[in-house]
Amino acid sequence: MPPVERHKPSRAPRTPMPEREAAERARDFDEVALGYDEEQARAEAERCLQCKNPTCIAGCPVNIDIKSFIGHIIDGDYADGVAVLKERNALPAVCGRVCPQEEQCEVACVLARKGEPVAIGRLERFLGDHDLACEIEHRCRPTVGADTGRSVAVVGSGPAGLACAGELRRLGHAVTVYESLHALGGVLTYGIPEFRLPKAIVRSEIEMLAEMGVRFETDAVIGATYTVDELMDDLGHDAVFVANGAGLPVFMGIPGENLNGVYSANEFLTRVNLMRAYEFPSADTPVWRGRKVAVVGGGNVAMDSARTALRLGAQEVFLVYRRSEDEMPARREEVHHARDEGVQFKMLCSPQEILGRDGWVTGLVATRMELGEPDESGRRSPVCVMGSEFTIDCDTVIMAIGTRANPLLSASTPDLELSRRGYIVADENGTTSKPGVFAGGDIVTGSATVILAMGAGKKAARAIDRWLDERAR
Amino acid sequence: MFEIVHKRRLSDAVFEMGVTAPAVARKVRAGQFLMLRVDEAGERIPLTFSDWSAEEGWVRFVFMRVGKTTHKLSHLEVGDALADLVGPLGVPTHTESLGRVAVVGGGVGAAVAYPVARAMAESGADVTVILGARTKDLLVLEDEFRALGLRELIVTTDDGSAGRKDLVTAPLKELCDAAAIDHAFAVGPAIMMKFCAETTRPYSIPTTVSLNPIMVDGTGMCGACRVSVGGETRFGCVDGPDFDGHAVDFEELMSRQRVYTDDERLADAEYTRECSCRP
Repeated sequence: MPPVERHKPSRAPRTPMPEREAAERARDFDEVALGYDEEQARAEAERCLQCKNPTCIAGCPVNIDIKSFIGHIIDGDYADGVAVLKERNALPAVCGRVCPQEEQCEVACVLARKGEPVAIGRLERFLGDHDLACEIEHRCRPTVGADTGRSVAVVGSGPAGLACAGELRRLGHAVTVYESLHALGGVLTYGIPEFRLPKAIVRSEIEMLAEMGVRFETDAVIGATYTVDELMDDLGHDAVFVANGAGLPVFMGIPGENLNGVYSANEFLTRVNLMRAYEFPSADTPVWRGRKVAVVGGGNVAMDSARTALRLGAQEVFLVYRRSEDEMPARREEVHHARDEGVQFKMLCSPQEILGRDGWVTGLVATRMELGEPDESGRRSPVCVMGSEFTIDCDTVIMAIGTRANPLLSASTPDLELSRRGYIVADENGTTSKPGVFAGGDIVTGSATVILAMGAGKKAARAIDRWLDERAR
Repeated sequence: MFEIVHKRRLSDAVFEMGVTAPAVARKVRAGQFLMLRVDEAGERIPLTFSDWSAEEGWVRFVFMRVGKTTHKLSHLEVGDALADLVGPLGVPTHTESLGRVAVVGGGVGAAVAYPVARAMAESGADVTVILGARTKDLLVLEDEFRALGLRELIVTTDDGSAGRKDLVTAPLKELCDAAAIDHAFAVGPAIMMKFCAETTRPYSIPTTVSLNPIMVDGTGMCGACRVSVGGETRFGCVDGPDFDGHAVDFEELMSRQRVYTDDERLADAEYTRECSCRP
């Protein structure tokens, strides 16, 4: 009998996520959120109403059958639950951790109208972790379609590329993923810290894609080692999916930004996450460990940078943001984590200049801001308060104010139409101006979320499949 | 995968290494660089190509043993492999229709100057090469330069143990004074490039320098390599490594190159202690 008919929802409050104590976790790089055990997962799953017409599914960018996987948790059929997830999402253990569920599926949960929604993300993580804990031969292995004899190159092994590669393999196409760095995963590996997304999780999820027959080539910079045309003409790929991300760091253009001790968040996080600088000198890459660190920005990358700085031993970490806390684009959960761990919020402050002595940072000059009229994004725009300059004493400044498109690939692909800001122009299926070339993820939309990039990758995979079919006719 | 197929000791601490990398070798042009990682714990370091063969599928670079990474690299032998090698990165050096040009290579920078001088000579330029080093032992690739068909090869050493006892800027100034060059290219330690640019500045001779800032990824992602050129911030990896020597802020470059000096010393000391049994 399907769970929907016999299920009596529990009225218990939302099951809290077990977390390590702030004082303890802020000193190491181990994961902060510990995940539900079986009992907690069951308790939370039982809160689900198993609605006849579930509204949550439409809130998910890849339309996971949420009702069904939660039903399987209620029944204790974890493997079936994993299969439901994997049907739509190649990386559930990743998405269960980093998706902004509170803006997607959970906000659409019927329970959210009157109280707290089902913790869908935590349940996704529970199943994802359950799958990864199994021996590889017992893990959920999505069915690979019959060999089509066609081959697709995927540029970039971040969320968009991995989602596209998985979907293309299910459709029976040969897939090679080209990655410019020495390690796979894109932003999941170089950007999101170990304490929020353990790299072993990322590796295990990618391992299953390799088991499905996706080939991976690291150390291959498209635009340098090979061009897009060479991928098709010389390396025998019938189509290309470009998902190289928006990897170039943005700086503010204020005086003092090239002083020693000023990092882009990209550099700071790459040194720590990808190069494991927190293990220096047993890992060879160093990172400057500031005692007083100012992080500029209000997004998840700013939170990650601030919390990483704490873990590297900073005595004080300031988060400098020009709007107020309500306007911060970071996930609420991450904001709370950062505050609990001791990050000091300096809201409504806009950096004007970085001070230095002998080439090294000594402070950050900022002005106070107040909120004015809403701008085109609907957020109230900050206005400078005259004569309100003050200095934050610090020896490190980390700029976490966004990224832009990397021109390496596009510069070597002249027939690919770009937007004014260098992003690739593509329709909602990823179709670009160049036949056979599709694109998705941050290189099309600008910086967005892991799951939106994955959604774009999946959509593009189906469009590529159709394009290959049509071309064959 | 990236197998070492050639190793030659050019002096006590300077090595030339050749590595199998067919996809990279097909693409390299003079002035471009690679990123390598020696092993799984290794850092990514940039090194400029000194030679390559598309037909045989190898690339070469020259390095001086100065820190832990180059120490580890120097311990690898033919038949060993690098964990990673990526490239070719950076904008190639402009080598076409330059007329009369002086190519200055200081220390290990001579290895970078070599393919640049070769490409310039092949495209019909009238090339004078100035090689400088602290002492005779540190001069590299002198014979290779001699085989290029240059107008002249001028060697200088600080101690006079080979060639002229002079800095590279002395013959460079003479060439400027004689109105014998239309363009200069300099690669070597930042301080040398700075003084080369200062030497040519009064003569308004366009001077290209090949910069060597710190990098992590080498593809534009981290911004560690930012340099001020003409008051604007540029990325050494994707906008360079070549820039107008008269517009580069060398003081800032040199300051930024020193960020990790203490860390580098610590890492190398630990490594040297661990492998003190090795030569």
